[in-house]
Amino acid sequence: MSIDKKIVDDMVANGISFVTTVPCKQLAGVIEEVDARPEIFHIPSNKEDEGMGLCAGAWMGGKRPAIIMQNTAIGVTINTLATLTQYYRMPLPMIISYRGELREPVACQVEMAVHTKALLAQMHIPTYHFHKESDASELDAILKYTFMCNKPVAILTDASFWGGYGDQ
Amino acid sequence: MIRSEILREIAPILHDQLVVCNIGLPSQELHMIDDNAKNFYMLGTMGLSSSIGLGLALSQPKTVISIDGDGSVLTNLGTLPTIANNVADNYILMIIDNGSYGSTGDQPTYAGKKTKLEKVAEACGCENVVVCIDVDTGKVLQAAIDSKKMTVIVVKCDSGNIKLPVITMDPVVIRDRFMKAVAS
Repeated sequence: MSIDKKIVDDMVANGISFVTTVPCKQLAGVIEEVDARPEIFHIPSNKEDEGMGLCAGAWMGGKRPAIIMQNTAIGVTINTLATLTQYYRMPLPMIISYRGELREPVACQVEMAVHTKALLAQMHIPTYHFHKESDASELDAILKYTFMCNKPVAILTDASFWGGYGDQ
Repeated sequence: MIRSEILREIAPILHDQLVVCNIGLPSQELHMIDDNAKNFYMLGTMGLSSSIGLGLALSQPKTVISIDGDGSVLTNLGTLPTIANNVADNYILMIIDNGSYGSTGDQPTYAGKKTKLEKVAEACGCENVVVCIDVDTGKVLQAAIDSKKMTVIVVKCDSGNIKLPVITMDPVVIRDRFMKAVAS
């Protein structure tokens, strides 16, 4: 089974039915899979804080949401995470492409990569880092944990997890 | 009319609907005028009233009204294409356009200068965009609810604020009672 399909299977199995995405090369296969699933309403957003607003509304409307984005978005969404998702105590799985790690070809991506885990730690956001494909076996448990504790939870997926970037 | 006068006038219409209310004075005013479980007050996160309301409308069948401001829509201008391209006929975005950032001291917004939010909304693909003056808000809002078509209303009104206290209700309480009202 492809890793893209496995990730989306886990999302569907955990009742996630509202997914917002901001495009990403590494996550393109997951986004395509999300879009293809009849169980999921896929709503692309123009910026990640907007996406978190959509997810907050969807959750209050009775759906389990998720957001798919790049780690640069952590810089965009700190205020939304603090004053909306965390303040009102809402669950939000964040499946994040961890750009700027090993095998990264674009130097500027490293500039946010070095801040990513520090920012997530400062925000007290539970954070999981998928480095090898087998790490994805924890996704099901992470999703259950997210909806158990009603918190935003970060799942960082780096280039090694995806089998390289730019040289695949 | 200023925003608080409009909210007072349309409160009987809002009372029966799910309302997502913008940060700052709009939420404080609605809280003072008609606090009830069907109001979701934003205590922070400027700009996301329209996004929260759209997500809610897309996820359940009841009518949802997002009360937003011209300044807040400008903060999250990317919301308008998302709204246009994800039609929810139970969704109304009501932009109270007083041409100023009311909660921070009435500094002028670009919507009070050359930018026309109704034209921006139309250019983004929103199909039912209605512009009205303050005194017509109730009539226009009721018509939008009755139409069962996704509608963006731009209410042109005066800039100005009343003095009132901040909302001290716990955010989790606001959210919890709102979710119960949504599900009821």
